[in-house]
Amino acid sequence: MKYSDIVHRCFRCGYCKFTDDYQEFNCPSYRKFRFDTFAPGGRMWLIRAWLNGEIENSERFQEILFSCATCGSCVEHCAFTFRDDLVNIFISAREELVNSGKIPPAVRDYFKGISIQGNPYRQPAKERGAWAKGTSIECYNGHEYLFYVGCVGSYDEIGMRTARAVSTVLTKAGISMGILGEKETCDGNEVKSLGEAGLFQSLAERNINMFKELGIKKIITLDPHALNAFKKDYPDLGGEFEVIHYTQVLASLVESESIKFNPFPAKVTYHDSCYLGRHCGEYDAPRSILNAIPGIELIEMEQNMENSFCCGGGGGNFFTDILGGGSDSPDRIRVRHALATGADILAVACPQCARMLEDATKTEGVQDKLLIKDIGEIVSECLTGLKR
Amino acid sequence: MSNIRERLADIVGERFVSDKAEDLYFYGRDPGLMPAVHPDWVVLPETVEEIQGIVKMAQMEGIPVVPMGAGMSLSGLVIPQKGGIVVDMKRMDRIVDINEKARYVIVEGGTSTGRLNAYLNKKYPRLRFSIPDSPAATTVAANVMIHGQGRLTQQYGFNSDMVSGLEVVLPSGELCRIGSCAISNEWFSKGAPLPDLSGLFLGWFGATGIITKAGIKLYPRKLLRDVEIFVTDSPDFIPEIIYEITHTEMTEDINIFSQPLPLIFKDNHHVVIYFTGDSEEEIEFRKKTVFHSLDLFIRNKDGGFMSVGAGMKKSLLEMPQRNASTFADVTKGGGFEYSGPIITIDKYPQCTRKLDELAHKYDLKYHGTARIIGRGHAMMFAFSFTFNRSDADMLDRTRKALHEASQYALSIGGVFWKPTIDEQKMALQKMDPEFARLLKMIKTNLDPQGIMNPGNWESK
Repeated sequence: MKYSDIVHRCFRCGYCKFTDDYQEFNCPSYRKFRFDTFAPGGRMWLIRAWLNGEIENSERFQEILFSCATCGSCVEHCAFTFRDDLVNIFISAREELVNSGKIPPAVRDYFKGISIQGNPYRQPAKERGAWAKGTSIECYNGHEYLFYVGCVGSYDEIGMRTARAVSTVLTKAGISMGILGEKETCDGNEVKSLGEAGLFQSLAERNINMFKELGIKKIITLDPHALNAFKKDYPDLGGEFEVIHYTQVLASLVESESIKFNPFPAKVTYHDSCYLGRHCGEYDAPRSILNAIPGIELIEMEQNMENSFCCGGGGGNFFTDILGGGSDSPDRIRVRHALATGADILAVACPQCARMLEDATKTEGVQDKLLIKDIGEIVSECLTGLKR
Repeated sequence: MSNIRERLADIVGERFVSDKAEDLYFYGRDPGLMPAVHPDWVVLPETVEEIQGIVKMAQMEGIPVVPMGAGMSLSGLVIPQKGGIVVDMKRMDRIVDINEKARYVIVEGGTSTGRLNAYLNKKYPRLRFSIPDSPAATTVAANVMIHGQGRLTQQYGFNSDMVSGLEVVLPSGELCRIGSCAISNEWFSKGAPLPDLSGLFLGWFGATGIITKAGIKLYPRKLLRDVEIFVTDSPDFIPEIIYEITHTEMTEDINIFSQPLPLIFKDNHHVVIYFTGDSEEEIEFRKKTVFHSLDLFIRNKDGGFMSVGAGMKKSLLEMPQRNASTFADVTKGGGFEYSGPIITIDKYPQCTRKLDELAHKYDLKYHGTARIIGRGHAMMFAFSFTFNRSDADMLDRTRKALHEASQYALSIGGVFWKPTIDEQKMALQKMDPEFARLLKMIKTNLDPQGIMNPGNWESK
């Protein structure tokens, strides 16, 4: 296994599972399951034990490995120099399980959906652009940017709502961009994080070839997970594109005072998506947008930015739900974090986070107290015009 | 015993009991070098009543019970020597109460030192406790249970000396309060003016009961902290240097370290002196007083203060010191362990020479650390060796070096701190037979079936 020369170096000191002030456990799977085996140190020791033949690839081992949300909190907080490889090590171990053919059924089904239909929802490809009906967004035809929506933005009800809002705002702001519609296919970020390296490579190569054929050089992503794949993984496969998240575009429009807003009186707290924040290092753009809207009082949750607590959807868990369920599921914990701030709105910048957290408000029975809104939706509701 | 799992699940809930191979593997070992022994079940209780239920059931069935915090003693104290139930305490992590004016806090048995530190930082910035340099995951209760030491140990003794009350589930499953809290709602004393029964539990590693709540004394937190390092190339000066510094009573903490790498540290002994104050003037006064106390050594060119760069200062002032853990990666191998006897400071030169000798003999990387306990009443001297977990030969050499260090420490008057099972046996053999008999009498009376962390402090 790749990284097998590193796994023995974990001291299992436990710094990886905390916030930086050690107040809270910040590893979502440890926070839910509470066995040390579900913490990063536990995974490291068990991966080594498995490689050494001391334990087998059991259902429990699979649950331990696949409940990792790849949120990167351990990378942020580990005390050792190999910290940057922690998530990669867990993904590599998943790859080994995938190659062995013994993986959780939910993971297998996810791969099947992607490989057969090109999306995990098992919906026809021709429906992929349906979200855009009624908007003025065009199919990509030499525009400056490709607006890449991703599977969740294309098929999930909340994701589609977000995609419509963002595309409307960016189009209104005069950004030249188009979509691929039914030609779009999965970016593969979750495929890779779930350990199907071959399928990921095939998806990435297909996307890269299509992007190149269409002359695409710049991409705006709706989903930070796609941002991560395009920025970090595609270049190794020959896909060098200028990729930004839509909040970065909006933030730049705010900074240049190119857009203006009506007052939007609300107490808002912002949830950092792990893939926009810890993985891609973008913490400021979403906040600068919210701070620029008159009437918004932005209140931070205690666990924010590098210490943000994952919604539990990362690492494929959005689709497999191995980490979900129960009052200690990360999405429900995160909703309680947001409620503790007194905010009326929990703002997000990721369609996966939006779905996870909106579902959690219902499970917690607080959907009337706390609205989940994507920053694109908030902006679309208060955008008055352009200063050009 | 086939339905034990179900009975445990009835007590703590299905989610919080496991007999899966993965959990038994992990909870059967710690980061040190003691051989693994797998438990039969791992449980994660959330309440005192659940712990009572577990212990009562274990008592009925004669099943061993091993309480566990973060499992960071490195000496295998939570390895279930005879299998049974490992009770992971970390779901019991609430801060129960704090008395600001009386300066004590009550925490549940699984509360981490990191969590308590963060809580005080936020809510009571004028209060602190003696935070150890073990990882932040270390639990307060486990730390006092093993007579841990921390940043205030030079002023107030072992962290267990700073306990202000205990709540314990006895081996019978009964719940008992120890100290002032036994007859009052206040947790200001673990013993006096009553008979001090805290000794029935502290230092026993869970062999006499499970600490479900611990009262901990808090101390004034000054606004400022600083650190200086006095360096000498001769270990023979260290006892006198420490005597002079402790005489000033001006320091927060005093540690000494020696290590061969990086080369700037080689062949020197570094006395790390921590200062606190509510103003720059106060810190300066304290520093000047300590500097003056060491004039003679400086004039004779026997030592001097080294320049401490900003990076090093930041690392030294960190609480807990994360780099204490990273010693485990010196050989890119994920492990270190130390024999850490409590011993008088006049033995520092002998200990440090022995450490050097053992490191050469067994070809190991080492780090020598001494933490001053009280006003020089004793020190904890750590014979620390780092090892590569994937190098069987190095593991063997490290075990041998540690064993030899332990034997040596015992021979020169040291008393093992958080001893391994092997060290406990060595200690029991050497100690006054009447003391050993008294230990056995206490254990037998409290735990007649011997279910609590069996193997620890057991004499034949």
